[in-house]
Amino acid sequence: MGAVEKPRTEVAAPASWDYAPAPEAREIVSFERRYGLFIGGKQVSPKSRTWFSTISPSTEEPLAEVAQAGQKDVALAVDAARDAFRTWSRRKPAERAKVLFRIARVLQERARELAVAESLDGGKPIKESRDVDLPLAAAHFFYYAGWADKLEYAFPGRSPKPLGVAAQIVPWNFPLLMLSWKIAPALACGNTVVLKPAETTPLTALLFADVCRQAEVPPGVVNIVTGDGATGAYLVREKDIDKVAFTGSTEVGKAIQRELAGRDVSLTLELGGKAANIVFDDCALDQAVEGIVNGIYFNQGHVCCAGSRLLVQESIHDQLVRKLKRRMATLRVGDPLDKNTDVGAINSSAQLERISELVQSGVEEGAELYQPPCRLPEKGWWFAPTVFTNVAQSHRIAREEIFGPVLSVLTFRTPDEAVEKANNTMYGLSAGVWTEKGSRILWMADRLRSGVVWGNTFNRFDPSSPFGGYKESGFGREGGRHGLEPYLRFE
Amino acid sequence: MSESLVTHSPGGYAPALFRRSIADALEMDHGVDAVAAEERAASLAKRSLKKDAKVWGLKLAISMIDLTTLEGKDTPGKVHALCQKAMRPEPLDPEVPHVAAVCVYPTMVPFVKQALKGSAVSVAAVATGFPSGQTFTDIKVQETRATVAAGADEIDMVIDRGAFLSGRIGQVYDEVVAVKEACGDAHLKVILETGELGTYDAVRRASLVAIAGGADFIKTSTGKGSPAATLPVTLCMLEAIRDVHDETGLVVGMKSAGGIRTAKEAIQYLCVLHETLGVDWLTPDRFRFGASSLLNDLLLQLRKQRTGIYRSPDEFTLD
Amino acid sequence: MTDRLPVRKTYKLFVGGAFPRSESGRTLEVEGHNVARASRKDARDAVVAARKAVAGWSGATAYNRGQVLYRLAETMETRTDALAAASSGRREVARAIDRVVWYAGWADKLAQVLGSSNPVAGPYFNFTLPEPTGVVAVIAPDEPPLDGLVSRLVPALVGGNAVVAIASDSHPLAAIELAEAVATSDVPAGVVNVLTGLRSELAPVLAGHMDVNAIDVTGADGDRAALEELAAENVKRVVRAKEDQSPWEIASFMELKTVWHPIGR
Repeated sequence: MGAVEKPRTEVAAPASWDYAPAPEAREIVSFERRYGLFIGGKQVSPKSRTWFSTISPSTEEPLAEVAQAGQKDVALAVDAARDAFRTWSRRKPAERAKVLFRIARVLQERARELAVAESLDGGKPIKESRDVDLPLAAAHFFYYAGWADKLEYAFPGRSPKPLGVAAQIVPWNFPLLMLSWKIAPALACGNTVVLKPAETTPLTALLFADVCRQAEVPPGVVNIVTGDGATGAYLVREKDIDKVAFTGSTEVGKAIQRELAGRDVSLTLELGGKAANIVFDDCALDQAVEGIVNGIYFNQGHVCCAGSRLLVQESIHDQLVRKLKRRMATLRVGDPLDKNTDVGAINSSAQLERISELVQSGVEEGAELYQPPCRLPEKGWWFAPTVFTNVAQSHRIAREEIFGPVLSVLTFRTPDEAVEKANNTMYGLSAGVWTEKGSRILWMADRLRSGVVWGNTFNRFDPSSPFGGYKESGFGREGGRHGLEPYLRFE
Repeated sequence: MSESLVTHSPGGYAPALFRRSIADALEMDHGVDAVAAEERAASLAKRSLKKDAKVWGLKLAISMIDLTTLEGKDTPGKVHALCQKAMRPEPLDPEVPHVAAVCVYPTMVPFVKQALKGSAVSVAAVATGFPSGQTFTDIKVQETRATVAAGADEIDMVIDRGAFLSGRIGQVYDEVVAVKEACGDAHLKVILETGELGTYDAVRRASLVAIAGGADFIKTSTGKGSPAATLPVTLCMLEAIRDVHDETGLVVGMKSAGGIRTAKEAIQYLCVLHETLGVDWLTPDRFRFGASSLLNDLLLQLRKQRTGIYRSPDEFTLD
Repeated sequence: MTDRLPVRKTYKLFVGGAFPRSESGRTLEVEGHNVARASRKDARDAVVAARKAVAGWSGATAYNRGQVLYRLAETMETRTDALAAASSGRREVARAIDRVVWYAGWADKLAQVLGSSNPVAGPYFNFTLPEPTGVVAVIAPDEPPLDGLVSRLVPALVGGNAVVAIASDSHPLAAIELAEAVATSDVPAGVVNVLTGLRSELAPVLAGHMDVNAIDVTGADGDRAALEELAAENVKRVVRAKEDQSPWEIASFMELKTVWHPIGR
C-alpha cells in the first residue's frame, strides 16, 4: 500500500479559536432613574430624604438611585405589614396559594429581564442568573404556593398558624433567589413581610415589587425597604415584628442574635461557611474536577456553601491538581452579560479588598499560589480564579471565609482523617464527598457536621430540599417541608 | 512502564505503530459519573460562537466530514455522485473546503478510488463484519486486507461487543491488534458502538483498550444503531484520549458518527473538542464527523451567514 | 345575526392525545348530541396509549408534573363557560378548577409526606419512596358531572400515573370538554384518555385488562362486585374514594419502594 500522506486543503483558522462575545441584549430591562421604597403596595419617597447609587460592578457605572430607608421609613413598612396581616392571615389558604402561583408565573414570564437585571446589578454571569437564579426563584414560589393550603399535612396533629410580620434581610450573592427563599414560605404560611435587600444589589427586589403588582399581591403583604446595614439594624430593632430571617455574614448574624436576646422574636440565621470538598482516590476523576470547579468558581465563589477547601486523598493529589489547573485555564472571566462568561465580577470594591487581603496572607503564610493566565477587564472589580496548594489547616486561607474565587488544597490519607479535618472548623454549612463507593458516601454523610452533604455533586439546590447550617453557619432550614416551620406558631 | 513504539508524525495522519498492554491501559480506567458528565456536555453545548469564529467553525466542520453511504442498495452510480459532492460540496463557492473522506462498504472501494483520483479526499471503508462484528476473527482480518488492497486509505473496524460485554476484554484487544496489523499503511478507526455498551464507564474502558491495541482514531458508532453519537459520550472518549496523551504523548483521533444532522450540533461538538483537548485537535487529522445529511446543513448555514437570510434546503443538491 | 347557524361540536373519544371516533363507528344520543360509543377495541387502544405515555410522565420531575397540572387549571379556567354548560354550572366548575390547583401543588411534596427515611437497627441507610402504579382505569361518578371525574382523575395523575377514564353514561359532554382542556394544556399525549359510551360495556373490559395496574371503582355503583372479581386476575389495586380531597387519595394510586444501602468506609 502506498504512502497515505495526502495534501489537504487547509481551512484557514482565525487568529485564535475564540468565542466571540455573545452578549445578552441589555435593552430587555430598563431601570427607573430613581426608586422609592415599596411600602403598602406603593412606591414612596423615604422620610430620610437620603438616596444612594447602585453600581454595576463589571463596569462601575451607576444603574439607578435607590432610597436609604431611615428608622421612620422602616417603622412605616412594619406598620403596613401589620395592617395587611390582619386580612392576609384570614384569607382562605387556597386563595393565598393562588397569589403565590401567580408570582411564580410572572417570574417565569419576566425571567430574562430579571436575569439581565441581576447580572448587571450584582456581577454574576448571565449564564447563571438565567439558568440557576431565575428558574429556582420561580420554583420556590411554585413549591411554597402548594403548601399554603396544606399545612395540616405538613404538621400532623398540630394546628399551624402564621407568626405575623417577618423582617427579612438578604445578601448580595443571590439577591432575587434569596428573596424568594424568604418571601415564598413566609407568605405561604400567612405572614406578611418587610424585606431589606443588600446595599449593593437592590434592583431585582425593586423589580420584584412590580411583579407583586402584576400578580395582584394585596398592598402591604410584601414591603421592600432598601438601604445599608443601618437600615437592617433599624428593622431588627422594630418592636412590632414577630420574626427575623437573616442570610449574610456570621458576624452580623451574631449581632442580630444579641439584639433579639430576651425578645419574643423568632429567629433563623443562614451565615457563612468554609466547606470541605472531599475527594477520594476512587472518584470519577474528571467529574470530580468539574465538581471542584463548580464548587468554588460558580458565582465567583460568592456562595456561603462554596467548596472552598479541597481535601484530596494524598494518593491522587498531584494528578488531580494537574487536571484542576488545566481546567481552570478554560474558565472565562469577563462581561457578565456575555453568554460565554463563566466567572463574573466581584460584587464590590470592598469585597475585592477582602479577597485580596486574604490571598496575600496565603502567600505570606507559605502556601503556593496558582492563577491561570487571565486578561481582566480595565474597569470593574475582578479577581482571577485562584488555587493554593501546600495549605495547612492553620493558614488563614483554610480557616476564614474568603467569599471569592479562591480554593485551598489540603490532603488526607483515610476517611477518618478526612472527617476530622472537614469538621475542624466553627462553620458547618455544607460538604462534598467524591467517591464511586456508595457506602462511603453515606458513612461520610453520617459523620460530617454540616447541614448539607453533596455526594458526587456540588451546589445543588431545590425548593423541596431543606438547606441550612450547623454551628456558626446558622440555624433553621429553608426549603422543603421543614422550611415552613420557622414561619409558623403552633397552638 | 509501557512497551510502546510510537511512530507518529504530528500534523499528518501517518499511521502510528503503538501498542500498550491491557494492564497499562486499564490502570487509567476509573468511573465516569453519568449525571455530571451529561451536565458538563450540556453546558459546553451552550457556548455561543458568533461571526468569524462561526464561519470558520462551519468550514472546519465540513473539512472534517467522512461523507458516508452504507446501504445494501449502494451502487457505483450512487457512490460516484457522492464522491463529486465530497470533492466539491459547494461548486458556487471556492472557499468551501472538500470533505475529509468518503466512507463506503468494501465492494464500493474501487469505484470510490477511481472517482476520487487526484483529489485530496481519502478513501475510507468499513470492515470486520460491519456493523455487528459477529463473525470470525480471521474473516475480519482477511476482509481488512482485501479492503486495503482494493484501495482504502482508512479502515473503520467494529469491536466485538459480545466479547466486551461478556468480559472477554483480551479478545477485543487482540482483534484490534490483528486488524491494525492487517491495515498496513492504512489508518485504523475503531468503532466502539457506544450505544450498545450501556454505561460511560464501559465507554471509557473500551476506549482505553482500543487505543492500547493500536487505534489511530476511536469512533462512537456504526450509525446503524441508536443511540449513536452524543455529546457526553464524545466528551467521555475525548477524556480518555487526553489522559493517554498526557501519559504517553500519543495522539489519537476521535470520530463522532451517527445522528449528527445539524450545523448547530456540529459546532457543539467542536466546542466540546476545543475545551477538552485544545486548539491542536481542531483538524481533520484528529477529528471526524461520520455523517451524510450534515453536509447540506453546514452549507445552508454558511450561506445564511454570508447573506443574512434564512435559506431553503431546496437550494442544495442531494448529491 | 339570528340567521347564523352555529357550528356544532362533534363529540368524539380522547385517546393518545387525539380525538378519534369509535372504531366501531357507533354513537349514542345523550344530552342532545351524538356522542361516540366506545367499543372494547377502543378501550384496548386507550390502554396501549396510556402504557406508552407512562414512562415519560412518571419519569418527569415532580416539579414538572406540578406545573403541567397547574397549566391544566389554566386551560380549564379559560373554558369555564363551555364546562359550565356541560355540568351543573359555574360553581361546580370553579370547585373543579381549584381542586386541580390543589392537587397540582402536591406533586413535589408527596415524597415528603408519603415517604420516609427509616431508622433500621443496623448500619444501613433505608428509605421509602412512593412511585406511581402505572396505568389506572377510572370509572367516573355520575355526580357531580364534571367534578366527579376530576376528583378521581387528578389524584391519579399527580403521582405520575396515566389514566383511561370511562365517562359517566349520563354526562359524557363534561368529560369531553375536560378532555379538550387537557388536549390544549401541556399534559403529554396518552397520559389522559377518555372513553364515552356505555359503562356496562366498557368497565368490565378495563377491570379485566391484564395491563391495567389499578382501577378506581368510585363511580361503579351496582356492578362493583363483578368488577372487583375481574380485577383479581392480575391483582389490580382496587381503589375507592375515602375522602373528598387528600394526599391519601393520591397514595391509593401509588406503590411504595424501600431501598437499603450499607453505611461504611
